[in-house]
Amino acid sequence: MKGKWTLFLQQKWSQLILFTLFIVVTSSALYFSKKSVIAFLLLLSSLLILHYMNLKNLTKWIMAAALLFILIPFASSGGPAFHSYMEVATMVGIYVSMALGLNIVVGMAGLLDLGFVAFFAVGAYSYSIFATSQASNFMPFGTYPLGGESFWMFLIIGGIVAAIAGVLIGIPVLRVKGDYLAIVTLGFGEIIRILFNNADRPVNFTGGAMGISSIAPPKIFGFELVFPNHFYFVTLVILLFTLFAVNRLEQSKLGRSWKAVRENEIAAQAMGIPLVKTKLMAFALGASFSGVMGVVFAAKQAFIDPTSFTLMESFTILVMVVLGGMGSVPGVILGAAVVTILNLQVLTELTNWVNQLTNTGIISIPQALSPSKMQKFIFGAILVAFALYRPKGLIPAKNKIFDASKLKSETPQKNSVRTD
Amino acid sequence: MRLKKSFSLLSAGLLSMGILAACSSDSSGTSSSGGSNGSGATEDTKVIKIAGQLPLSGGVSVTGESLRLGAQLKLDEEIEKFKELGYTLQFETYDDQSDPKKGVSNANIIGADESILAIVGHYNSGVAIPSSEVYDKYNLAMLTPGATATDVTDRGLKTVNRIVGRDDAQGPAAAKYAIETLGAKKIFIIQDKTAFGTGVAEAFKGAAEQLGAEILAFEGITVGEKDFNGVINQVLSKKPDLIYFGGLYSEAGIILKQAREKGITIPFMGADALDSSGLVDIAGDAVVNTFITSVAGSTASSESGLKFVEKYESTYNKKVEAFSVYGYDTMGVILNAVEQAIEENDGGLPTREQVAEKIRATKDYQGALANVTFDEKGDNVNAKIYLFKFDEPVYPGVLEGEVSF
Amino acid sequence: MFLEMVQSLPQVLIDGLTLGAVYAVVALGYTMVYGILQLINFAHGEIFMSGAFIGTALFILIMGMSWASAIPQIIVLILVLVVTACITGVLGMGIERVAYRPLRSAPRLIPLITAIGISFVLQDVVRFIAELSYGNYIVTGPSMFRDQITFKASSISSVFNDASFKTSFLIVLVIAVILMLSLDYFVNKTKWGTAMRAVALDRDTAALMSINVNKVISITFFIGSALGGATGVLFAVQYGTIDPFIGFILGMKAFIAAVLGGIGNIRGAMFGGLLLGVLEMFASSNLSLLTGGVFGAEYKDVFAFSILILVLIFKPEGLLGKPVAEKV
Repeated sequence: MKGKWTLFLQQKWSQLILFTLFIVVTSSALYFSKKSVIAFLLLLSSLLILHYMNLKNLTKWIMAAALLFILIPFASSGGPAFHSYMEVATMVGIYVSMALGLNIVVGMAGLLDLGFVAFFAVGAYSYSIFATSQASNFMPFGTYPLGGESFWMFLIIGGIVAAIAGVLIGIPVLRVKGDYLAIVTLGFGEIIRILFNNADRPVNFTGGAMGISSIAPPKIFGFELVFPNHFYFVTLVILLFTLFAVNRLEQSKLGRSWKAVRENEIAAQAMGIPLVKTKLMAFALGASFSGVMGVVFAAKQAFIDPTSFTLMESFTILVMVVLGGMGSVPGVILGAAVVTILNLQVLTELTNWVNQLTNTGIISIPQALSPSKMQKFIFGAILVAFALYRPKGLIPAKNKIFDASKLKSETPQKNSVRTD
Repeated sequence: MRLKKSFSLLSAGLLSMGILAACSSDSSGTSSSGGSNGSGATEDTKVIKIAGQLPLSGGVSVTGESLRLGAQLKLDEEIEKFKELGYTLQFETYDDQSDPKKGVSNANIIGADESILAIVGHYNSGVAIPSSEVYDKYNLAMLTPGATATDVTDRGLKTVNRIVGRDDAQGPAAAKYAIETLGAKKIFIIQDKTAFGTGVAEAFKGAAEQLGAEILAFEGITVGEKDFNGVINQVLSKKPDLIYFGGLYSEAGIILKQAREKGITIPFMGADALDSSGLVDIAGDAVVNTFITSVAGSTASSESGLKFVEKYESTYNKKVEAFSVYGYDTMGVILNAVEQAIEENDGGLPTREQVAEKIRATKDYQGALANVTFDEKGDNVNAKIYLFKFDEPVYPGVLEGEVSF
Repeated sequence: MFLEMVQSLPQVLIDGLTLGAVYAVVALGYTMVYGILQLINFAHGEIFMSGAFIGTALFILIMGMSWASAIPQIIVLILVLVVTACITGVLGMGIERVAYRPLRSAPRLIPLITAIGISFVLQDVVRFIAELSYGNYIVTGPSMFRDQITFKASSISSVFNDASFKTSFLIVLVIAVILMLSLDYFVNKTKWGTAMRAVALDRDTAALMSINVNKVISITFFIGSALGGATGVLFAVQYGTIDPFIGFILGMKAFIAAVLGGIGNIRGAMFGGLLLGVLEMFASSNLSLLTGGVFGAEYKDVFAFSILILVLIFKPEGLLGKPVAEKV
């Protein structure tokens, strides 16, 4: 019986049927309930199930896109909690993209970067300075603030500026290795934050500790994007683009050089891989993903200040990468989603629940132990537990397997051409 | 092969959970009012929620917690009255951790919950500004008991109100007292490079310069450090007659202690974030000759204030903090407005817009301490700046005077 | 401008040395572990912080007892130092056993990540213990050694201003120096010290010479952490107020000090710590003077990190270290 059941489950069609059933149940649960975090999370987890199904890659992509673009926004629009779902989903998108960026640096190229949030900050500030009157403090020409239409242009500019920052930081940093690299990047991350925090004197570039408020919301064809569901779609489009880029990169020559450098630098160099160029590309590309999302973040928040870019943020992104599996794209997506949802939704809801129980006198938990304060403890425990027992993360990275016989059958032909 | 097996397990498990989630529909959303009265539609009383977004963890958690308890106290008092009107009152608190990002994401969660009609919060201006943009999108009224930055109300949002004074009143009040009463001519300013610290220090600097004092320095420090001897050495070599500090009590306490140890006995002045028993705990004897301006008055000055203190201390078995009473009064203003809105609706559930309008229209509301009338920007026209002096290491200090503006 | 700087120099030196002594002893812990395992023990700053909390708790406990007032404060201090050092030493050994030993053959990145994880866990555990028992995690200990001493620098030369310090400054400095000297003696002159140096040089060969490598590593962690914990107590005595987050940034600075002096080199760490303390204090006292108010004291962390980056780029072996060829 059990054997038949597993056999049944392995079949494509049976999987599809179960999957559809699952989606229908969860999405209708989400649609008809007023507010159900569990239904929302289950609907999101359908993407994870999709990852494990026996389907062709293209079909999976199409189904995932349909889920993300149509079903999830529609199902969550039923209740009054629509915007809060969309807000969480947008933050997940932003963090997934950043984690994918850090994954290039840490997971693929093996360079531990503890100051990654600096690039996010660079992206965020590049848009906020020009989308408010801040820029008129030091720009001799042009009128500021730029309108919301400039947002689209700044997506690219933010990415480029962050990439340049990545290269500039990378050049001196690459002379050091391993553990030193971690400390130096951490130092650079802090330096950039302190600079942003203090660059209000003598010339007011960043508004210093006061931050920059009333950042212009993005505009498309005269339509202002302000609500979380608008940003959800913006983030989603960028995220899909990022995913496409990361997948292409991983299979490219550059991607393979990164992995070679990660495994053994000296051997890689001996095989003719230009170390400096490869590492700098990792820094620049990783940083640019982060920079683009920085622009989105600034536009979404409409206010930024240096407290959003602390060391803790860098560590949070690192936790996402380690949790999901260094070097594994699906893993990192899962890791980022889990950590973000944990942070924004699960811990908050749990705290409310505990508070309510305490207020009604059912149990009494001291404020010191309230779940929302345990963030650091949870992160620390995740880092330790995963490094010790599952160093490859939730979804370990898989290298593409080449069919040896197929390769062999191809090579002699080439040889024979040459010998002719 | 193992993968397939885990897939089957996973899918079976998730499926059953999905069905569960569907059946138990919204009582599974843990925030929905906890336990039995979750499926609100069938109940005969409607739920009105007031949300609180306060820093319950992080550096100013003492203040955040005291605001929460104060607001809770008022709500508990009013619960019976609203029951008669046919409503169940609930206070739902969220922790913004003094982090703007957390504040905004909580704000979206709060905005989405339609039974929430108004918000008590935030304490930090840096969090209040971005979060209020979100509340405004949902027409949700916010009443802050402690965010003093000018930008909070100066953006002209209809939903944003505050019952305490502004930074641009606090700075000048301090400067006036420092120069005219204490006779300071050369002033050394230290600020902690946060939105609050820099803001109030700038306001003080501007006012002091206008009154003819010389500003010797405008130095920044890092929050969380414990060694401020570098800055104090500058004070030593510049020989000012007064130090003004823009920042929080934890750093102020340490600076005071280290400065007094170096023999600097000149007056030390700060703003409302120093108004906490933590300052005296940290600085000890060094707190002598310290002056603070606060937007929070002394509860000892009025009868209703004393009554509040007594009730607070007997309910929670904790000492009152300076801001506890503002949590209480903020909740009072909100509930007063909600009640009016219900009346106007002939007992029907008011909309958020109505509540926001009623809050803005508040006139001469007398709370335990504050008298509240809002102007067109949402600032309380009756807000005062209070000046306290510490002659001995006891909190709170002695009320030296008050300035209305 | 120049005159002002010179005038305040004695005071800056004294404050800088206090801070530097703390950096130096914490840096020793980093350097010892790095010398042997080539691992940056990120959790070391947290051990320092735990030491500060354990010490403060002990002080509060002892001061609370009536008979304790008869004992001279210095004896109480030494007692607390010894007890705290033992506790944190065991803590350090435990961390090594749980988090680092199973990963000794893993890629270099992995133990670094556990180290960060351990440091988060320690921070939070200390936070909620402090918050539960004290009500607030910013804890102020009993004040000790508060007598003021004035150092008549003006009598040496009239360009200097007088400087003043507390008795605790002397105590911190003296104890730190004693700790450093005894460690130096231990490593260079005793049998266990020789074994440690042997393991640092080549772990496999040392094992062949019948040195118990695991035991040596445990002892290294014990000593490093005990020193860290003891420094925590000194820090609590000197500055009075502590919170669970002091360890991280101070640990970073101590690490910078270790790199500055040459990592893996014990005398280098001491020198680097003192130098960094003085440099940092000088920067925060005089940066705004030197730059005419454009850059103030808020840039002193930038200053510290820039030192680190410059040293790593131009002299990665540190001021007192010897260059090492990379093993393939």
